[in-house]
Amino acid sequence: MSLPDFGFYVLCATAIVLLAAQAVIHPGEFVQVFIFGLTQGSIYALVALGYTMVYGIIELINFAHGDVFTLGAYVGSAILGFFAISEGGFTTVNLIALLLVFPAVMLVMGGINVAIERVAYRPLRNAPRLAPLITAIGMSFFLEGVMFLWHGPATVHFPDILPKAATTVAGVFFGFKDVFVVVVAAILVALLAIFINRTKLGKAMRATAQDRDAAQLMGIDINRTIAATFFIGALLAGAGGMIWGLYYNTVYYQLGFRSGLIAFTAAVFGGIGNIPGAALGGLIIGLIAAFSDSYIGSKWTQVVVFGILIGVLVFRPTGLLGMRVPEK
Amino acid sequence: MSTSVFTRLHLRDRIRDRDTAVYSILLILALVFPMASIYATDGTALVSQATRAGTFVLLAIGLNVVVGFAGLLDLGYAAFYAIGAYSYALFASTQLASSPAHHAFHLPFWLMLFVALFVAAAAGAVLGFPTLRLRGDYLAIVTLGFGEIVPQLFYNFDQWTGGINAVGGIDQPTLPAWIQGPWSGDGPFQVVRNFNFGGDPVAFYVLICILIAAAIILVNNLYRSRLGRAWMAIREDEVAAAAMGINTVTTKLLAFGIGASFSGFAGAFYGANVSLVSPDSFLFIVSITVLVMVVLGGMGNISGVIIGALVLYYVVYYLIPGLPENVRSLANSIGLSSETTRSLADATQHLNYIIYGGQAFRRMSGASPTASDSALKPHAVWRTRPSTSTTSSTAASWSR
Repeated sequence: MSLPDFGFYVLCATAIVLLAAQAVIHPGEFVQVFIFGLTQGSIYALVALGYTMVYGIIELINFAHGDVFTLGAYVGSAILGFFAISEGGFTTVNLIALLLVFPAVMLVMGGINVAIERVAYRPLRNAPRLAPLITAIGMSFFLEGVMFLWHGPATVHFPDILPKAATTVAGVFFGFKDVFVVVVAAILVALLAIFINRTKLGKAMRATAQDRDAAQLMGIDINRTIAATFFIGALLAGAGGMIWGLYYNTVYYQLGFRSGLIAFTAAVFGGIGNIPGAALGGLIIGLIAAFSDSYIGSKWTQVVVFGILIGVLVFRPTGLLGMRVPEK
Repeated sequence: MSTSVFTRLHLRDRIRDRDTAVYSILLILALVFPMASIYATDGTALVSQATRAGTFVLLAIGLNVVVGFAGLLDLGYAAFYAIGAYSYALFASTQLASSPAHHAFHLPFWLMLFVALFVAAAAGAVLGFPTLRLRGDYLAIVTLGFGEIVPQLFYNFDQWTGGINAVGGIDQPTLPAWIQGPWSGDGPFQVVRNFNFGGDPVAFYVLICILIAAAIILVNNLYRSRLGRAWMAIREDEVAAAAMGINTVTTKLLAFGIGASFSGFAGAFYGANVSLVSPDSFLFIVSITVLVMVVLGGMGNISGVIIGALVLYYVVYYLIPGLPENVRSLANSIGLSSETTRSLADATQHLNYIIYGGQAFRRMSGASPTASDSALKPHAVWRTRPSTSTTSSTAASWSR
C-alpha cells in the first residue's frame, strides 16, 4: 500500500469513527441528518452521472452541466405554469401534470444538451485539451446569462405540487418528498445501468469510452454515440433539476455553479468515468455535506467539500471505484 | 507537435517588431492618458478607473505565465490575489488589534509589496507541489476548488480577518518625496516632502504603471530564458519535454509560483489603492475575467494579453455597468414606454455573462481549424519552409 493510499484510508477511517460516535450519542439527530443527506445526495448523484459519462467518453469536464441541471428546474417551473395545478394539496391535475412534465423536461434538456455539444464541443474535438474546457466554462456562463435574462437575479418559485404527507418516527421527521426523491433517483440510475449494460447503444458508448478510434473502426458512429451520451446525461440532469425544484421549491440562476461543482466532486470521488462510482459518490458527498452542515457548521461545508475534492485528486486521483489507467 | 514551435520561431522577428510598436503605443498612451482625461473631464475618476484596469493588467500578465507559457490551466487565480491583498491588509491596518493578536501592525507598503509577493508565491508552491503531477484538466479542477476555498476561509476566520465586514482603513503608501506637476491637478511643479498616496489617484496611477513596466521587462526576460523555453516545451508536449531532460515538476512549480507572485503584487497594490479588502472581491468571476483577458489577448503573447486585459476591463467594468443608463436614455429619446425601458435596462445588466460565454467560444472555435488541420495534414507545415529536406530543416529550427 502506497503512502497516498494509506493517507486516504486513515482520513476515511477517522471520519467514519467520528460519525459513529455522533450516531451513538445522538441517534435521533444522526438519522435525521442522514435522511436529509440521502435526498441531497440522490440529486447530486443524478447530476454527477452526467459529468462522469461525458468525461468517460470525451475526457471533457462539462462545466455547463450544472447549469443544464438548473435550467431543467427553470423549464419545469415554466411548463408547470400551463397546468391548473394546486399548491395546497395533491390533486389529480397535479399527478397528471407531474407525469407529463417530468419526462417533457427531461427530453427538452436532452435536446438542449445535444445542441450544446453540436455547437460548442464538436468543433473542438481535435483541439488542444484546454480549449473545450474553457469553452465549457463559457457555455456555463452563457446558460447562466440566459436564466438571468429570463427570470432575473432573485430566486424563482417552483410550484409545490407533491403530497405534503409526513410522519415522525421516534423523533425523526420524514415526508413523502424525501421518499419521492430517493425512489425516483434510484429508478433512473437503475434504468441507466440497464441501458448502458444491455442495449446496443450502451455497448457503443462503452466501446467509444474505451478507445474511440478502435470503436470507429468497428463501425460505430462516433458523433451519434457522443451526442447520445450528452442526451442521456442531460435527461438525468433535467430530472435532477425537476426533483430539486419539487423538493426545495426555489431555484436561482447561479444554483448550477455551486451544485455542479459539488456534483463534479462526487463524480471525482467515485472515480471519474465510472458510472456506479458517480452514483455512489453522489450519495456520499450528499451525506458528507449534510453531516458537515449540522456537525461542523454550514459555513464550513464548502471548505469541506472542496477540500475533499483536492484531497481525492491529490491522494487518489482514481477515486473510490476507479482503476489506475496509464496516461494516453 | 512541432507545428507551433516552428511557426513561432519562423515569425519571431516579425513578432518582435509588432511588440515594439505595441509597447511604444502603450507607453505614449500611459503618459498622455492622465493629463488628457483630467483636462477633458475635469476630474480624476477616469484615472482611478485606469488604475483599476492596471491591476487587472498585472493579473493578466501573471496568469499568462501560468496559462500561456506553461500551459497549466489555473481557474483559481483570484485566490492568490486574495492572499496578496489580505497579507497587506492585515499588516497595514488596525484589523489585528481587534483580533486575538491584540496588536495592530503598520508595516510599510514598500516592504509588504514584496512580502505579499513571496506569500502568494509560497501559496502557489504549497498548492502546486502536490497537484502539479496531475493532468491538465484535473489541475484546473484543483485550482478551481482552491479558488473557492480561499475566500471562504477569509470569510470564516472572521476573528482575524473581519469576515464579511471586510478589512477597512488600510494604510496608504508614503514616500519621502514626490514631484507634483500640472498632470496631478492644476498646481505648478513642486517637490512634496513626506508624500502620502491617499487621495491622489494620479500617484497610484504612476505606481501601477511602474509596476506593470517592471512586470513586462521581467516576463519578457523570463520568456527568452532557459526556463521560458522549458515552459513552452512542456506546454507543447510534456512527455517529450521530460525526455529532453526537463524536470517537469520543478519547472511547472516555478511557473505556478511566479504566476502567483504577480497576483500577490497586484493584491497588495489593490489593498492599498482601494483601502478595503473583502472576501467578495476575489470570487470565481475574477479568476474567469482574468482568464478571459488572457485568452482574448492570445495565450502566451505578452503584449496581446495587456491589450486583452485593457479591452475586457473597459467592456466589463466600464461599458456594461454604464449600459443600463445609456440604454434608458436612448430608449427614452426614441419614445419607448418607461416599462419597456426599465426591462431593457435590466436586461443589459448581466450581459457580461453572455459576453464571456461568446468570447471564450469564439476564441476557441477560431483556434480549432488550425489544430485539426495540422492533425489531419502533419506535413502541411513543411511546404512553407524554404529548406529542401525535412530532416535538416527540423534540425536547423531546433538549434536556433
